[in-house]
Amino acid sequence: MDLCGLAAAQMRRMLDSREVSAEELARAHLDRISRLDPAVRAFITVCEDRTLTDAAEAQKQIDGGGQGALTGIPVALKDNMITKGVRTTCASRILEKYVPPFEGTAAERLRRAGAVLLGKTNLDEFAMGSSTEYSAFFTTRNPWDLERVPGGSSGGSAAAVASGMAPIAYGSDTGGSVRQPAALCGVVGLKPTYGRISRYGLVAFSSSLDQIGPFGRSVEDVICAFEAVMGRDPHDSTTVDMPYDGSKAREPVLKGRRIGVPSELLSGEIAPDVSHAVRAALDLISDAGGETEEVSLPMIEHGVATYYIIAPAEASSNLARYDGVRYGLRIDADDSIEMMKGTRSAGFGSEVTQRIMIGTYVLSAGYYDAFYTKAHQARTIMKRQFQEAFRKFDLLIAPTSPVPAFRLGERLDDPMAMKLADFCTIPANIGGFPAISLNCGFSNGLPIGVQLIADSFQEETLFSVALALENLLPPFALPEIEVA
Amino acid sequence: MQAASYVLSVGMEVHAELLTKTKMFCRCPNEFGGEPNTRVCPVCLGLPGSLPVINRPAVEHVLRTALALNCRIAMRSVFHRKNYFYPDLPKAYQISQYGETNPLGHSGYMDFFTEDGGERRVRIRRVHLEEDTGKLMHLPGRKSGVDFNRAGVPLMEIVTDYPPDIHSPQEALDYSYQLRLLLIYLGACDGKMEEGSLRCEPNVSIAPEGHQELGTKTELKNLSSFRAVQSGIRHEAERMRHALERGDTLKQETRGWDEENEKSYVMRVKEFEDDYRYFPDPDLPPMVFSEEYIEGLRAALPELPTAKRKRFMEDLGLSDYDARLLLAGPAWARFFEEAVAQGGDPKQVCNWMNGDFSHLLNEAGRTAEASKVTPAHIADLTGLIASGKISGRIGKEVFEHVFQTGRMPSDVVKEEGKEQITDAGSIREVVSEVLSQNPEAVGKYREGKKGVHGFLVGQVMRKTEGMANPEMVNRLVTEELER
Ligand SMILES: [Zn+2]
Repeated sequence: MDLCGLAAAQMRRMLDSREVSAEELARAHLDRISRLDPAVRAFITVCEDRTLTDAAEAQKQIDGGGQGALTGIPVALKDNMITKGVRTTCASRILEKYVPPFEGTAAERLRRAGAVLLGKTNLDEFAMGSSTEYSAFFTTRNPWDLERVPGGSSGGSAAAVASGMAPIAYGSDTGGSVRQPAALCGVVGLKPTYGRISRYGLVAFSSSLDQIGPFGRSVEDVICAFEAVMGRDPHDSTTVDMPYDGSKAREPVLKGRRIGVPSELLSGEIAPDVSHAVRAALDLISDAGGETEEVSLPMIEHGVATYYIIAPAEASSNLARYDGVRYGLRIDADDSIEMMKGTRSAGFGSEVTQRIMIGTYVLSAGYYDAFYTKAHQARTIMKRQFQEAFRKFDLLIAPTSPVPAFRLGERLDDPMAMKLADFCTIPANIGGFPAISLNCGFSNGLPIGVQLIADSFQEETLFSVALALENLLPPFALPEIEVA
Repeated sequence: MQAASYVLSVGMEVHAELLTKTKMFCRCPNEFGGEPNTRVCPVCLGLPGSLPVINRPAVEHVLRTALALNCRIAMRSVFHRKNYFYPDLPKAYQISQYGETNPLGHSGYMDFFTEDGGERRVRIRRVHLEEDTGKLMHLPGRKSGVDFNRAGVPLMEIVTDYPPDIHSPQEALDYSYQLRLLLIYLGACDGKMEEGSLRCEPNVSIAPEGHQELGTKTELKNLSSFRAVQSGIRHEAERMRHALERGDTLKQETRGWDEENEKSYVMRVKEFEDDYRYFPDPDLPPMVFSEEYIEGLRAALPELPTAKRKRFMEDLGLSDYDARLLLAGPAWARFFEEAVAQGGDPKQVCNWMNGDFSHLLNEAGRTAEASKVTPAHIADLTGLIASGKISGRIGKEVFEHVFQTGRMPSDVVKEEGKEQITDAGSIREVVSEVLSQNPEAVGKYREGKKGVHGFLVGQVMRKTEGMANPEMVNRLVTEELER
């Protein structure tokens, strides 16, 4: 039996019963990475030395009886999460050789929890994209069909988990960057409530939308991965101390749950096979005693437009620091302004450049009110509309992605189609709500995801229903991956 | 055209580095100088993934200053990002505060005394909080480096209202002087202009008398002393007047002040308004204050220099000049008040402090706190003189002794035999002795040459080594001569 296909919870039991050592588990994953990753291309960096050191530390913890849920469990981190001493590139030329001198809070908490770092995964440059094709280095493949995209921007983490190269991986979700690739790769992906997980050490794309979230092959694994890094952090003023009860979260309850189905997310843009699979999941929920009901949230129609003002605006400011003065790429020139221009022109890819320009434009004097102020008003109204729905419903349910995984290159020439890929996921970021994506079936061999959205800080309800729904669906099995 | 037909208008922008233990958004120490880039961390270097966290004491400094400047307080206030590229700006944006009513304080005023003793009011437009930048350094071989030790130091900006209330270089100086004093009294800033912890940046314009509109303005930088503030503005106004009289059009520009050569030079010409693309910093939640908190801060404000100066003059009868000297620093004023509280006569205490004490401190290069003299010493000394135990001249000698040793003046007087001779019998004995030793002088006096009286008094004082009460000597010499 291949260790690498197991759920993290199963690995936990085997580590605790000494059936396997942390080092054996780490080596099994490193081996699988070296065998499969040339085809999947999920990793930008595999940090083998660190992996084995972490594993030795974890084994000590286990032998001392002080282990937690993730002690000895291999994990991968999206390469926009800062790791001390391990290159962190954001899949950008501008940070290609950047090795951070400090540990981000998520990485730090994982290290303390005894998790074993395998490496850093591919993404769309600075997390801007929905297919991982905008990585400055290479494109990650979907493990279910190597000719298709894994989704994005956390495509590397999703593909690593789906292909058994890591049981748990972390990504960041600004407009769907965890949930959408989770859906396209057939795994579980969580975007927690804004403020649940520290962004200290997450390279900022859009500060008011970004949130770190875990991938796993089961809801239980994702819950453990969430718990390992959640909670207030004095380094991030936007984190909050809100109660969370892990045991309540682990009681699968569907019966009596009121679940709203936003009509705007089941019509129009949604591919027929996707809406078919989601409707089948709704039937399973009803059969199990959940009460589903359609609800209209008309502001959803403005989600993508709102997002494509707020996110680039913040990004244009967040990415201004890559100027060649202190770190990263530098293209020398006669004066500092020319040096900055040269560095930024050479260092950023076209998608990033475009978003910086849009962001700069919408913040400019004379345009600010028409764009940025208006987007904020839309954001407030949209959030309110969702909050109203949450008075009536415990959760909302919707497709995660309007389409299954598309072919490599298919949408590169159609930026609007690429941006609409986040149509279903953006609302949870705009409102700061927690949302989880589960696999709810396949169409032509490609996974389809369904998304549950809860009110802010209601992760307990979200997990409880996700666990119950997961029980009604077929379990995850690793795809066959052809290695040339 | 005549020089007098132009009106000068000066708006003041003052940047004050706040006296906090740590920087504005990280835990690096907030200090001056040192080896470049030794007080830096991921946050103040703007490394990817780092986030700012608000330094509460810095916010409190600004709120207290805003209250002292009679400002309205923003009960909800946010930080904005001011976006621009410059090598000394690590994140390529400065965290600052934008807007009319968003800054921590706005719509206030400061009352103060001018050099000539008049009272003036200057309206304050806003008091806001931001972070300082790094420092660009030129290295050999046409290279530049940046020292980020200063990057992220909490910086308070105080801006006067528009149109300007200040119309002369002297008023600008008086305003700056008083504002600096206020900040020092509040403990918000050390006011070291030469180290750049207090930076006065006037914007200067002139317009023909009677014109409603202000002229094109120049922003002056690098004014590292009060003298520079005054002469910088004066020179700038002159430069503008000459230019206008020549028929030139003024350009809106930033000019640096070269103190050595008493000249300003162009740093930057502003061809169009900068667009800093301000927007609320999403990394920092809004600051929200309760009424109770603000009122608590207001109640805990110390007595401010203008009020203190008024009290010194009206209640303690000091001159404007004396009061101004005593107020030069909070510790100095406190010393004065303690000496008075311990029974010292205000005028006498003031004279000793601004006279001998200041002189000795200057000579020794020491501050009052670092000296051996306490308010009790001064109170004791003025008591000895007032009661006639010692003369003022002996007082000087005693004080020098006290300054060196830290002993109490009364003890010095007792142990060193410095006590004044006030016993009429013993003084009369010395007087008789002096008269019998100087028959010529006595003869001249009796012939009507009264001037020798002074000589005889001097002889008596000499014989008593200056210990005899001069008034009594005077009286007894006359008595004996007239006898
Ligand atoms: Zn720092």
